[in-house]
Amino acid sequence: MKLLTKEAGVNVIDYDKILSQKVKDIKPSGIRKFFDIAGTMDDVISLGVGEPDFNTPWVIRKAAIQVLERKHIIYGPNKGVVPLRKAVCERISKKHDVSYDSEKEIIITVGGSEAIDLAIRGLVNNGDEVLVVEPCFVCYAPLVELAGGVAVPVPTRIENNFKLTVEDFRDKVTERTKLIILPFPNNPTGAVMTKEDLEPIAEFLRETNIMVLTDEIYSELTYGRKHFSIIELDGMRERTIYVNGFSKAYAMTGWRLGYLAAPEPIVSQIAKIHQYGIMCSPYISQNAAVEALNSCDAEVNKMVDEYNVRRRYLVSEFNRLGLTCFNPEGAFYVFPCIKSTGLTSDEFCERLLYEGKVAAVPGTAFGDSGEGYMRISYAYSLKHLMEAIRRIEIFLKKLEAEKNEG
Amino acid sequence: MKNEIIRILQQNARVSDKELGEMLGISAEEAAAEIKKLEDDGVIRGYSVILDDEKYDKSMVCATIELKVTPQRDIGFDDIAKTIMMYDEVDSISLMSGAYDLAVEVRGNNLKDVALFVSERLSTIDGVLSTATHFILKKYKEKGIFIDDEAPDERGWC
Repeated sequence: MKLLTKEAGVNVIDYDKILSQKVKDIKPSGIRKFFDIAGTMDDVISLGVGEPDFNTPWVIRKAAIQVLERKHIIYGPNKGVVPLRKAVCERISKKHDVSYDSEKEIIITVGGSEAIDLAIRGLVNNGDEVLVVEPCFVCYAPLVELAGGVAVPVPTRIENNFKLTVEDFRDKVTERTKLIILPFPNNPTGAVMTKEDLEPIAEFLRETNIMVLTDEIYSELTYGRKHFSIIELDGMRERTIYVNGFSKAYAMTGWRLGYLAAPEPIVSQIAKIHQYGIMCSPYISQNAAVEALNSCDAEVNKMVDEYNVRRRYLVSEFNRLGLTCFNPEGAFYVFPCIKSTGLTSDEFCERLLYEGKVAAVPGTAFGDSGEGYMRISYAYSLKHLMEAIRRIEIFLKKLEAEKNEG
Repeated sequence: MKNEIIRILQQNARVSDKELGEMLGISAEEAAAEIKKLEDDGVIRGYSVILDDEKYDKSMVCATIELKVTPQRDIGFDDIAKTIMMYDEVDSISLMSGAYDLAVEVRGNNLKDVALFVSERLSTIDGVLSTATHFILKKYKEKGIFIDDEAPDERGWC
């Protein structure tokens, strides 16, 4: 293949030919698009972020400062520093009564994102199919495609409160199905899966070779009920890669720290990807995170209480405004339905941004099944949210008036 | 419930009963009743406004005055404190542990007003042994509210 072209007698690299086809085929994130437009506008109130507005609890920051002052900042062990791996195992055991070997079954990763990437790359062969439960965070399908796999969307429905049912994916299972990704509590819908919801899914999966990637990054942020993990069900620890992290629960997004837990034969293999690609997660963050697990439960509860107040306010307000809003039980998003306006998600969010000066993410950024919805983050102060609601109400009245004229 | 109400009102005491109810998952009437109970019980003593003095009135002067006083038989510090709190210039007064006894926050139209108030009104009260006046140069946060303009939100959307 010819990579160089001549322009005015000089060899010029044709980057389009240099770049990997797989990379070029990846769609840009639908979240990013609106963020970039909003960034160029004045006086826009944003409801778009996916990270806490709280600061990292002081004891964690203090622990990091002490590490800087007293320790030699080294790479550390590939799979993570021992005290953190132990603390992670203790945490999973305390929460779910499931034990993992801190030596052999845990990898501390650069955020939950890396853990997801490791799991997918570690399992997927060319042409393998991965069931991606949607609407969901934007990273799964592109990572599957980069690994040479085929992402098969599994839409969930509002009728089921955006929970996954066996009926949703039974017909999509083929010989090539390698993995199903369970993103609950869910970004963007806020849906959660209870023990009763997960049991039939586990029953179905136990008869197959399909592995589960459970992304439980929002597991600490549930309202009114304790999070339940699929690893607690019989036979599921063996077929699950469990992913969690510190970003959401402890307001530690910038610290880039997550982890995965999985059976030893899987961890010993995928640890190689981590070892060659990353080497090890940030040493300062790892040491500080031990403090997060050991002494921040009360801080987390405080944040959850505050999120809950905002959540109840928004659900109630969107319903009042006629944008039917399902009651999310987890994460920090509400997912109101905008179908009553007669606009598509993209049209609605674009007009809301330009005319209403409120930035939200169209549901379609999270999969086709997000059409008709928008994602509203409540990782903002009540004051901010109340102003946003005021603007949305004015915008909706304007839409209504247009409709009546037309 | 009580703690949640207080926490919300501390951030913004101007939320409506309806909004407060929505935030707590109760009706507007129930929210109003909860607030009334807190008021009747004397838990909530009032609602005030937090000002950025720089923007409201640049010449306004605030000071914290440390008072050492002789406690009086039977009534301790209460009598003096209650005398002092009657002055309009006094924003707050608290009994302290440690090196001095009463902390008095005073505001006036200018430095001289405040200084004269201390020398003519406070230090002349029977039982006041000494005063130390500290002028407040800048307030950063008051009752949980930031006085500075908010830093821009640097969070991305991922």
